[in-house]
Formats: sequence, structure tokens, C-alpha cells
Amino acid sequence: MSTILEVRDLSKNFGSLHAVKNVSFSLKEGEIVGLIGPNGAGKTTLVNLMTGVLKPTSGNVIFNGHDVTAQRPFQAARSGLARTFQIVQPFPQMTVLENVTAGALFAAGAAHRKEAEEQAMEHLEFVGLAPLAFRPATSLTLPSRKRLELAKSLAMKPRVLLLDEVNAGLNTSEIEQALALMRAIAARGITIMLIEHLMKVVLSLSQRILVLHHGELISQGDPQSVITDPRVVEAYLGTKFAARQQGQRPVAGVAHV
Amino acid sequence: MNTTYHSLQPANMSRSKIFPHVIFAIWVALLVMLPLMADNYYIRLATFVCMYGSLALSWNFIGGYAGYPSFSTAAFMGLGSYAGAILQKAGMPMVLAWVCATIFVSLFAALVGAAILRMKGHYFAIGSISMVEVLRLIASLWSNLTGGGDGLNVPIFQGGPDYAARVFFYSMLIVMLMAWLTTLFVDRSKLGFGLRCINQNEDAADMVGVSVNRYKTIAYTLSAVYCGSVGAIYASWVSYIAPTDAFGILLTLKVPVMTMLGGVGTVYGPIIGSALFVLMEETIWAQFLDYHQAILGIVIVLLIFFLPGGLLKLDYKKIFTKKSSDLKIASRS
Repeated sequence: MSTILEVRDLSKNFGSLHAVKNVSFSLKEGEIVGLIGPNGAGKTTLVNLMTGVLKPTSGNVIFNGHDVTAQRPFQAARSGLARTFQIVQPFPQMTVLENVTAGALFAAGAAHRKEAEEQAMEHLEFVGLAPLAFRPATSLTLPSRKRLELAKSLAMKPRVLLLDEVNAGLNTSEIEQALALMRAIAARGITIMLIEHLMKVVLSLSQRILVLHHGELISQGDPQSVITDPRVVEAYLGTKFAARQQGQRPVAGVAHV
Repeated sequence: MNTTYHSLQPANMSRSKIFPHVIFAIWVALLVMLPLMADNYYIRLATFVCMYGSLALSWNFIGGYAGYPSFSTAAFMGLGSYAGAILQKAGMPMVLAWVCATIFVSLFAALVGAAILRMKGHYFAIGSISMVEVLRLIASLWSNLTGGGDGLNVPIFQGGPDYAARVFFYSMLIVMLMAWLTTLFVDRSKLGFGLRCINQNEDAADMVGVSVNRYKTIAYTLSAVYCGSVGAIYASWVSYIAPTDAFGILLTLKVPVMTMLGGVGTVYGPIIGSALFVLMEETIWAQFLDYHQAILGIVIVLLIFFLPGGLLKLDYKKIFTKKSSDLKIASRS
């Protein structure tokens, strides 16, 4: 597997606050990588730095062999680096279909509106929203809005997809469905970076896990070694979780933290 | 798969889509024939209808589609009238002066837009309105070029008042039709779709790959093009311009109100709104000259409270049939 995205010594200061401090890692093509850490650890800031929403204080982002540190969000979208928002961001007065069409038309470079709409419809079918295609986006329930975000980012034909807490606010059965969907996306060969608080989701999907704490990458590696790493247990997981992990294998059925 | 998706769209869509165009075609035909039936008073009124129609359609690009509350209309129109007047005074043929004024105003908007569009919301509104004031001051102070506060006389159009009234009326009508054609094109194009995305959520638009700064600058420039033409034609029509008339704050407020009255972000809203506004102004408000501005204020307040989407976005079926409103009450309980 070749490296598709590389982050080198990325830092971001807000005044005297070091939100992200010398973070380096790389994503390999087709991989699913989990990014965890306590609230305020700098996870969303990191995503914003990678997609050009924020400019880093220092460091570089290399995507597909090119330095993309200075690019604007719309350029990131067009180059195949897509993201979803922690707080869903639909175009409220548009239909579900139009929302997804925007992604196909502007980021994936569909030739015209009709072609973009056809592509959008396929993505809506993939995420299971096709029956609601002509509803206004605001009429959707929260789980459906999360799916809409997914369909929109898929319509952008991404090579790397950064999912910022797509499961927050969902109940257990909704999470099961979301998991299946994310597996299906990964099966398409799209590299996924998953920002998540639900350890169940992280552990059942990720091939690798990165742990951010106070803006620093304190641990990275395969799920087993990361969740038994004492620094991670101390900073994020807690000793109770670690004890449960010891007694309970395999990892698949872990409860929420 | 695709067949089901297309069949999901309402069946009468094509019919309801053509209907407004037919009404508009009849309206234009009536305007074209007007000089055969009416005297110069009505031709003058119709010239104002076309003039404000062009201005409202122009404002609609930035204010309606992109959702940026621009108050630059008077700046563009004033600049167009001064550019046209100065060129005509220097001996340029009238129509050529109009074209050059249009190009000049468009370039000006493109350059200023790139800077001013970094601001959002109220800040943009204030920035755009201050441009009117700045240009007015320049026009007052640069007296070598603009004649300063004394104003500028434009060579009077030859051929008698009847002929002149017709020439300027048809010129304004042509500008309005061009603005309408441009709106139609934008409404259906990728540009219009991108502008609607920006209008509803600029950050999300950026994230799905819309080049927001470029799109906003295009919309702002489009909102200036026909204001420039209208300004130049207006200067030739009235043959005298002065800083306070050319860069009027009232004009810059009236045009967005007209568009809001009809319906922002639609093809026909600006045309309906401006026509209604001009006719109301002429028939009703002319009777209350002292209270003119107070009435304008009341109209704005009523509009914001009761007609936020404009006349075109009202659900007329709901108003005229009792049944659906009963249903709404039933569904609420």
C-alpha cells in the first residue's frame, strides 16, 4: 500500500494555545484509521488544517504526492480530499437530491447538472436516502442528515474521506447501520479517517488508531497496542475500560465509553 | 432506476414552467406597442418601469442568488451615468458611450468586488453603501472632470421630444430584456446553482468545491453591468446629472425593496416587484408627496413582517381555497 496522505510536523497555535503540536502521521491507500482523544484534544482542528479551513502555523500536508498545505477548502474538495462536519451542514432550502448534486457538480466535476443529478441519485441509493430525494433537506431526521452528509461527500468522488463524528447523537441500531455503511464505503477503496468518541465504532472499523491529547499525538498503531498503551488509558480511556478490555476478548463487542 | 427518479417529479412541471414566460411575453408585447397607443406621460412611466426592472434584475444576482445584501446599485448607476455623460460630452456617439460606460462600470465592480466581498453580512452591506457615498464625494470634488456640484450637461438628443421619448424607452426596454436573458441563463447554469449554495451556507459551499470568491465576484459584477447601461442611458435621457441625484441613497434602498416585493432569487420577482412599485409610486404616493419616504418605510416594514419571500413565493392556492388551510389545522392537532 502506498501513502496517499502525509501530515508532517503540523502545528497550529491560537495565540498562546497550542491546539495542534508537531503532529506527523500518514494514511495509506484504502486504510481505515481512527482518530481518538478527549474533548478539546485538537481533533477537529487537525481536520480543519488538513482541508484548508485553517492555515497551519507550521508543518505540511502532502496529498497524493503534492504539497497541499496552502490550498483552500474548495480546492481540497476538488482534489479528492473530502470531509463531513461534526455539526451537519446541509443547504437548508434545497432538496436532498440538490444537496448531493452540489457535491457531484462542483467537486467531482460532472459535465452538467443532469449528469450530476444522476450520480447524486446513485449515491443516495447507496446510503439509503433515495426515497427521500425530493424532500427538503431540513425535513430529515438526524440519522438521515448524517447519511446526507455522507452521500454529499461521496458525490465528491473522494480518495480520502475525513469523517468527523458522523455517529454522534445516533442510537445503537442507527450506529449498526452507520457501521455497515462505512464498511461499504471502505470497500470502494476510499481511505477513511474516522474521528470518533464511540470506542465500539473505532475498534470495529479501524486498522490503525491515532490518539491525540492536548494537541499532541501520544500514541499510534494497531488497535490492540493502542488501547493497552498506559498513556492512552490515562489520558482518554480510563482504567475501568482497560480492565474490561483485559477480561473481554475479542474486541468486537466493546461497550460505549 | 432513472425512470423512477424522473417520474417522481410533478407531472405538470413543464406546464407550470412555461406559464410565467407566456405572461412575461404578453407584458413585453404590451410595452412594445405602448407608444402606438399612449402619450408621452405613459411612455415616460414605462421607461421608469423598464429602468427599475433592469436595476432590480441586476441587484437580484448578488442580493437574490448569492444572498449578499448589496447597496451598491446607486454607485453603479451613478458611475454609469457620469461615464456616459463625460464620454458623450467629449464627442463620442451616444450608443458607443453607453457601451463604454457599461464596460467601465463592470470592470470597476469586478475590481472593487474582489476586495469588498471579503466582508459578510452587515459588514458587506455597510461597505457597499459607503461606496455610494465615496463616489458621490468624488463626483462633487473632482470638478475638472465632473463639473462638481454644478452637475454635468449632456448634449441634448436631436429629433424632438416624441422621438426622444421613444428612443430612450426602447433602449431601457432592451436593457431590461438583456438583464432578463442573463438572469434566465444564470438561473439554469452551474453558476446559479453555486450562488444558491453560497446563499444558503457559504462554508458548506466551499467544502463541496464551489470556488466561492470567484462566484461572488462574478455575481457582484453581473449586478453592476446593466446598472452601468441604465445609468448612461438615463444621463442621455434627462440630459443633466448632478452628484446627489446620480448617487442617491434612496435609489440604493428602493431597488432591493422592489426585488423583495416580487421575490428574491427568482427570475420574475424583480420584474413584478419593480413594475408594481413604480406604478404604486406614481398613482398612490404622488398624492402624498410630504409623506413619500414615510410610506416607503412602512412598506419595507410590512414587507419584512408579512412577505419575507415576496409576492411570487406566496402559496396562492392556500389563500384562495379553504380546504387546505383546514387540513393544516387538522394536522396540527
